[in-house]
Amino acid sequence: MLALIGRKVGMTQWFDEEGRAVPATVIHVEPSVVVQVRRPEVEGYAAIQLGHEAVPERKITKPLLGHFKRAGVEPRRHLYEVRVDDPGQFEVGQEIKVDIFAPGDVVDVTGTSKGRGFQGTIKRWDFSYRPKSHGHKWIKRPGTSGPMGLNKVMKGKKMPGHMGADRITVKRLMVLHVDPENNIMVVKGSVPGHKKGLLLIRKSHAQSETVSVG
Amino acid sequence: MGYDDLVRLVEAKFTTEKEIPEFRPGDVIRVHERIREGSRERTVVFEGVVLKRAGSGARSTVTVRKIAAGIGVERTFYLYSPSVQKIEVVKRSQKVRQARPFYLRRYTNIHHIK
Repeated sequence: MLALIGRKVGMTQWFDEEGRAVPATVIHVEPSVVVQVRRPEVEGYAAIQLGHEAVPERKITKPLLGHFKRAGVEPRRHLYEVRVDDPGQFEVGQEIKVDIFAPGDVVDVTGTSKGRGFQGTIKRWDFSYRPKSHGHKWIKRPGTSGPMGLNKVMKGKKMPGHMGADRITVKRLMVLHVDPENNIMVVKGSVPGHKKGLLLIRKSHAQSETVSVG
Repeated sequence: MGYDDLVRLVEAKFTTEKEIPEFRPGDVIRVHERIREGSRERTVVFEGVVLKRAGSGARSTVTVRKIAAGIGVERTFYLYSPSVQKIEVVKRSQKVRQARPFYLRRYTNIHHIK
């Protein structure tokens, strides 16, 4: 199972064979480079460490720079690790591109949702409004925070607070289009976060038959 | 290259392969639409006056109005949808100046529109 990091470009729409319009998200997936291969004999498990987006040397710490120097690859902004079955087929310096995905594949996309700041219970937890008229005074207040006699508030009680900017995974998105020349892929549906937000795209365990394009 | 350009690049798959004639609101056009019924395919023509054009790139749409059996019918087509096979311009309008000429709904015969 292989994964890649990309950035959200924006949304558009796609047409299927029937001519129906389907919502689509464009993702810019620059090639990632293998920085390190982790082998069961050495590290105890099989994985590859990937670097995404070239970055000037002055922007990274010296210890990290040494890590890149030893691998003999240009410094990268993001380092991430992907478990693989057979680490032998990868070597340091190898580039991994969007073409590991193909139209029809099903992927899970992880990103950071848009930050919404401090929000009340209505926006944050879908509480109900109270009537605006007929003698009501408080319209957006959360009401009671627990039963009488309990003398404490239950843990996990839904209250106002910071909303958004969470790590969110959207599962089972179908790949509609892959363009290795321009490092672009298009998936069906929406994806968490703002434009240019960082996304982790993984092949889904789900079979493609369970997802329809329509 | 900006990120909006990347979206356009992807949309080019749909927008470059089809040629859309020039027309604007108030014009009378004929939209040839492919309809699939089971395994059979046929083409349906929708002729009417353009009420509005909206969207950009692959998301461009056109809203067309016609009078069918005495009842006004408005349909919105995706210009670059593969099911829209062809668009013909029947008549260019000389009088309509608005981008959204909804007053044309008062006409009972689209051919009276100048």
